[in-house]
Amino acid sequence: MSRPAFLITASPHLSSGDSTPTIMWNVVGSLVPVTGTAIYFFGPSAFFVIAAATLGALLTERAFGKPGTLRDGSAMITGILLGLTLPPGLPMWMAFVGGAFSIGFGKLIFGGLGQNIFNPALLGRAFLQAAFPVSLTTWPVRGDSWWALAGDTFALPFRSPSVDAATGATPLGLMKFEQQGTPLADLFLGTTGGSLGETSSLVILVCGAYLAARNYLNWRIPIAIFVTVAAFAAALQLVPNSRVPDPAFMLFSGGLMLGAVFMATDMVTSPVTNLGCWVFGAGIGILVVVIRLWGGLAEGVMYAILIMNALVPFINRATQPRVFGTGKAVP
Amino acid sequence: MVEAGRAVQVSLVAPWSSGFRHGVHPPDLKDLTARVPIRRLPYPDEIVLPLKQHTGAPARLIARIGDHVERGDKLAEADGFVSSPVHASAAGTVTDVDLWPHPDGTWQPAIRIAVDRYSPQAQRPRLVPEWQGLTPAEIVKAVQDAGVVGLGGAAFPTHVKLVPPKDTKIELLIVNGCECEPYLTTDHRTMAEYPERVHLGIRIMMHTLGVRRAVIGVEKNKPDAIRALRSTLPGDLDISVLPLRVRYPQGAEKMLIKAVTGREVPSGKLPLHVGVVVQNVASLATIAEVFETGLPLVERIVTVTGHGVRRPGNFIVPVGTKLRDVLEACGGLTPQAREIVFGGPMMGAAQSSLDVPLTKGTTGVVVLTDADVKPQSAYPCIRCGHCLDACPVFLNPQLLGSLALMGRYDDMEAAHLADCMLCGCCGYVCPSHIPLPQLFQAAKVAVRSKKSAA
Repeated sequence: MSRPAFLITASPHLSSGDSTPTIMWNVVGSLVPVTGTAIYFFGPSAFFVIAAATLGALLTERAFGKPGTLRDGSAMITGILLGLTLPPGLPMWMAFVGGAFSIGFGKLIFGGLGQNIFNPALLGRAFLQAAFPVSLTTWPVRGDSWWALAGDTFALPFRSPSVDAATGATPLGLMKFEQQGTPLADLFLGTTGGSLGETSSLVILVCGAYLAARNYLNWRIPIAIFVTVAAFAAALQLVPNSRVPDPAFMLFSGGLMLGAVFMATDMVTSPVTNLGCWVFGAGIGILVVVIRLWGGLAEGVMYAILIMNALVPFINRATQPRVFGTGKAVP
Repeated sequence: MVEAGRAVQVSLVAPWSSGFRHGVHPPDLKDLTARVPIRRLPYPDEIVLPLKQHTGAPARLIARIGDHVERGDKLAEADGFVSSPVHASAAGTVTDVDLWPHPDGTWQPAIRIAVDRYSPQAQRPRLVPEWQGLTPAEIVKAVQDAGVVGLGGAAFPTHVKLVPPKDTKIELLIVNGCECEPYLTTDHRTMAEYPERVHLGIRIMMHTLGVRRAVIGVEKNKPDAIRALRSTLPGDLDISVLPLRVRYPQGAEKMLIKAVTGREVPSGKLPLHVGVVVQNVASLATIAEVFETGLPLVERIVTVTGHGVRRPGNFIVPVGTKLRDVLEACGGLTPQAREIVFGGPMMGAAQSSLDVPLTKGTTGVVVLTDADVKPQSAYPCIRCGHCLDACPVFLNPQLLGSLALMGRYDDMEAAHLADCMLCGCCGYVCPSHIPLPQLFQAAKVAVRSKKSAA
């Protein structure tokens, strides 16, 4: 028997089989149906916008990130998620800049994967909203044919956008500025205007359920958001003459589904404790309703999540588990 | 909490309770040996007996080089109360006392015995007193003299647990038959093959502790063991067999007590504080043997398993048999063998030498293959929180891990590092493959050396 070279490693010598890239690529995989739905509803423009945002994210990670970090899949998620928050007719170069900003200033500047405070995709969108407010709130109407490009997909950088594109409105915009509702079935299936990923609640929920079943997202966060939004809206409806839309509309319109399932559940920027996840989700739910009803914007999911991201360290500290046999939590 | 002089009423949890919370459920991998009957390994040519085979002070050498010893002769005596003697596990001649590789990775003083090939390996005839005639104190003394330590892995001297402080009343004996570590089947086979011996051990313990009730906790993945124990229950004692949900680390004392009684042992305290004594089934079977035959603890049952060994099985191995001899008796290693672990894969220690002896605390030898130990790259912590969901003592391994990487050991102490029992659950679930238990072990060592320096 020749002497084998034995391996010496620390225990445990078994592992659950999960790995960070596995989680990340599963999230990417579950974003594929969502992206497909966006392309189905909005045509080729959707593909170009998402591709541009993803390319911006990946190239920035490749250029400024540590070697090999593209393989962990997290830059891919950021790019696709950013693309899904954008309007279908956005010029591609803006989406590209947004993707680059997301990774560069949303993640790498903090030290890369695991170090960032804010959801990078949402930070990128907030940047775009500040930099290009008109383009980010222009919702082109559907063209005559599926393959017609919406808006100014191929506009050149820093040229004023063409003004002849017909613009439509989102259900939340209609509600906020014209007090006009949208049928619930349209909201649920996705046959409405809005950002690319703001459409089909059904597809997002199915993909989220898959991730939750594999424990790749903490189900407490979306459930807390849904319950809080619905309960808060229902409570406000009781106030006479409040003109608050019904809870179902609040849940299925706008970016709430995409935000609750894919953005708020970003592991890096959400609390580590389960109790903290309930608090975090409830906070987002309240902020969403507050911003939608009393803010200047029609939609508030992005800022709600970003604000709660900032509070995560405090939530973690306040919700430490109670150590076995002590009756108290770690200070 | 226990008040002075007052008995603690220990009630059992409701049958529908799911036991302790958190923990993990690794694949149990016990099929390799779960149905293999216990067999005796042949005596090797040489036995190596470390003086440190238990938690506490190492034994004090009394044998001399050149001594001829019989099986069961005392070679080193207990050095104080929290210590345990070492006995010759085979007849032969003491050839040397020197430093020798130890399963814990260090070199420790050990007695080398050249085994007498022609000896029948019978024990020296000795008088075995009837245990019924002994006082509890005499039984405690006999248990210590026989070198009995906890055979579940930690090797804590058994007799120490039999002497509760004066103001504490023990109400319940919990018998640990969980064997929650994957791969291992020694306790399983002991319960299935020697249930009467386990019950006799329980009887002696109940007599010694003065308790009227005993519960044997067995995980549900050992139905034959549960059947064997139930069919041999003595009619005159209140002993029950409690099937438990399969969950790691249920074999940890505090987890088992929680699963059986619903009580939490206070942080930093012993099971005695909630009126409970926990003993491992193999330790109890050994105690029964000590009083049946007079033979001290000189052999134990070991599971030799894993896909890296040709003939896995459960074996009675003389304490001090070298790893090399055990593996050879099991047909040797397969070409894929890559890592050899003493104990289970969750908490066991990898071995660097084939010369290390199996000690009283060696529950198993697990030979892992290339496929089992694929190298995994580490990633930054993504704060998924899975480790918090796994930690059976409700620590925050994510926080502890980041503090460890910064060397902030004082802050780790404040975050209850001392409550960590290094069960490995956090490391098992971590998707970024951060070696959390290793970091915590290192921090514990650093904290201890800083304290002893102060």
